[in-house]
Amino acid sequence: MIDHLIATGLAIWNWFPADWQTLLLILGKIILILIPLMLCVAYITYAERKIIGYMQIRIGPNRVGPRGWLQPIADAMKLLFKEVILPTKADKFLFLVAPVLSIMPALAAWAVIPFDHGVVLSNANAGLLYILALSSMGVYGIILAGWASNSKYAILSSLRAGAQMVAYEIAMGFALIGVLMASGSLNMGAIVDAQAGGISSWFIWPLMPMFFVYFISGVAETNRAPFDVAEGESEIVAGFHVEYSGMAFAVFFLAEYANIILISSLTALLFLGGWLSPFEGLTGANSWLGESSFFWFFAKACFFAFCFLWFRATFPRYRYDQIMRLGWKVFIPVTIVWIFVELIMVVAKIGPWSV
Amino acid sequence: MTITDFLFFVFAGMVIMSALGVVTSKNPVHSIMFLVLTFFCSAAIWLMLEAEFLAIILVLVYVGAVMVLFLFVVMMLDINIVKMRQGFVSYLPVGIAFAVVILAIMVWVVGPASPDVSNTAALHQAVTHGADYSNTKMLGKIIYTDYVLAFEIAAVILLVAIIAAISLTLRRRPGTKHQIPGEQIKVKRDDRLKIISMEAEVKK
Amino acid sequence: MQKIKHFFKSFLFWELFQGLSVTGKYLFAPKITIQYPEEKTPMSPRFRGLHALRRYANGEERCIACKLCEAVCPALAITIDSEERADGSRRTTRYEIDLFKCIYCGFCEEACPVDSIVETHIFEYHFEEHGKQVMTKQMLLEVGDKYEAVIAANKQADAVYR
Repeated sequence: MIDHLIATGLAIWNWFPADWQTLLLILGKIILILIPLMLCVAYITYAERKIIGYMQIRIGPNRVGPRGWLQPIADAMKLLFKEVILPTKADKFLFLVAPVLSIMPALAAWAVIPFDHGVVLSNANAGLLYILALSSMGVYGIILAGWASNSKYAILSSLRAGAQMVAYEIAMGFALIGVLMASGSLNMGAIVDAQAGGISSWFIWPLMPMFFVYFISGVAETNRAPFDVAEGESEIVAGFHVEYSGMAFAVFFLAEYANIILISSLTALLFLGGWLSPFEGLTGANSWLGESSFFWFFAKACFFAFCFLWFRATFPRYRYDQIMRLGWKVFIPVTIVWIFVELIMVVAKIGPWSV
Repeated sequence: MTITDFLFFVFAGMVIMSALGVVTSKNPVHSIMFLVLTFFCSAAIWLMLEAEFLAIILVLVYVGAVMVLFLFVVMMLDINIVKMRQGFVSYLPVGIAFAVVILAIMVWVVGPASPDVSNTAALHQAVTHGADYSNTKMLGKIIYTDYVLAFEIAAVILLVAIIAAISLTLRRRPGTKHQIPGEQIKVKRDDRLKIISMEAEVKK
Repeated sequence: MQKIKHFFKSFLFWELFQGLSVTGKYLFAPKITIQYPEEKTPMSPRFRGLHALRRYANGEERCIACKLCEAVCPALAITIDSEERADGSRRTTRYEIDLFKCIYCGFCEEACPVDSIVETHIFEYHFEEHGKQVMTKQMLLEVGDKYEAVIAANKQADAVYR
């Protein structure tokens, strides 16, 4: 029976032309990445409410399902069944396209993120550039949502978000240039491989300022607290998504959290050696601790995602002009100075350039 | 027709349609979005030509930065479309003349008179590389060896443009009030607040 | 010197880490949430919730229609009509409290010379239709009858402080 099923399956598979087979394979891989990602997104909302609750000596959601584990599912169901309200004078097409534009880059960037050695959808040579390009596109969703809503709060928010994201994009790009110089490659897998050799050879040590600039810019890029002037509840209600309801709102929400996970994973990959074990070469050869695996990558990404939530529970919102000052007058000079320091390190053969 | 061919026709068609959309749509914001789509589809075509570095830079620079600023400006405009269309007929002859000139140039370059490049063996040889071929690396090697002077001159021109733009806008107007965030965040409690201990007043 | 110190402190995120350590500590602090329907906070005998009209032990209603509560009510939530009863005593024919107007200040309870109108410990109640928020005399008496034991105990507990 089972043999028969396998045989039929193979027959159907072979019936497809070779082009279609690769296409179907790629589609299958995409689904294999997106479904766990979406689950992670759903549960990071739960984690956020729980962790911020704990930091405020509350216990957070605990009613839906055991210990509140079904809360994100309940939320998603609720939003799915709610009506998407179109404001009367909104630009209907752009209003509906904006959420799609904001989640598209957040998901597309996962094409070049490696999860383990060689486990990647597209082992592109220009992976890092691709991620930079896509993360710079995320701002369209926010700007268009603000403009198409035909609402004053929304447009104020989209102006803020636009200026902020353009400013931090540059600092982020410079920080990535530091990583490029250290690894000598734009390929994500090669960047991680360049950090092999235990905790001391991770890029976080020679590129410490770049690491902080990158992570803080990442927080600003995702419009999270303390850089969330784009949604600033106390001033502009909810910012760019004030007119959105139902699933259209949920898509913005998903995009924000998908971006958090993306930035966390990128920080883990670029500065903390991704899937490489911190105890490489320290413990016994056959100990699982010393072996690099997906779980190290997952743990590192989780730590940074936790930092996002921690920041939100701790820091008050930045004032807008201070955000601009931090981006243009602090981060960009710091990164430029550190690129020069790296230059000297390259010439003197210090750090990752010693060989 | 392979999938690559199919994708080429999809993207090429989208480039043409969205480019038409840029000039025909009434709303300037829609025009900008069509332009973004045009850039994006041309980037996709470049990707299929194995020029991945240029394609990604096109998206990064034009879509990610330039068009965002365009959108920023256009969003703030309050354009009266009726007023803009008033001169349409009087501008029409000039417009048509320019269109004819551009068409003529294009025919001259890629028309039937030029050598047929669509089916030569050299072309097919030129665009097949292995998976390990890095367009970025090749470009880098050429830019920093053969064309280093031209590249540096371009960089200096851009730097001059940046400095010029900043110096044009950087002016201290008298009478305006500024906040200096750098000074503000340096303030400590002890600078402004003095806590003194004193006897509690007792009601007599 | 101060400036240099500040410069390094700001680049080392000194104050940010201080803040993070505070929230980090509270992450593991014992939680003080009360799971409401299952757990409840302790309640004072003075708690001012839903109103009730009390009776004497022999079944006679306490209220003598003096209208002091109506007069003292700052929200004008109480409406009283009174008439002479067959036995010659003054009694209310209408005693209504609009619970939407009421601010639960407890003045009516303070003003009452015969401890008739009281506020009970009941605070979980709702209305499903318009107009149902007006407690009539009948309803108030029923509440009083039902919770007389608790009301009396609460009054007793509070009496020493009055």
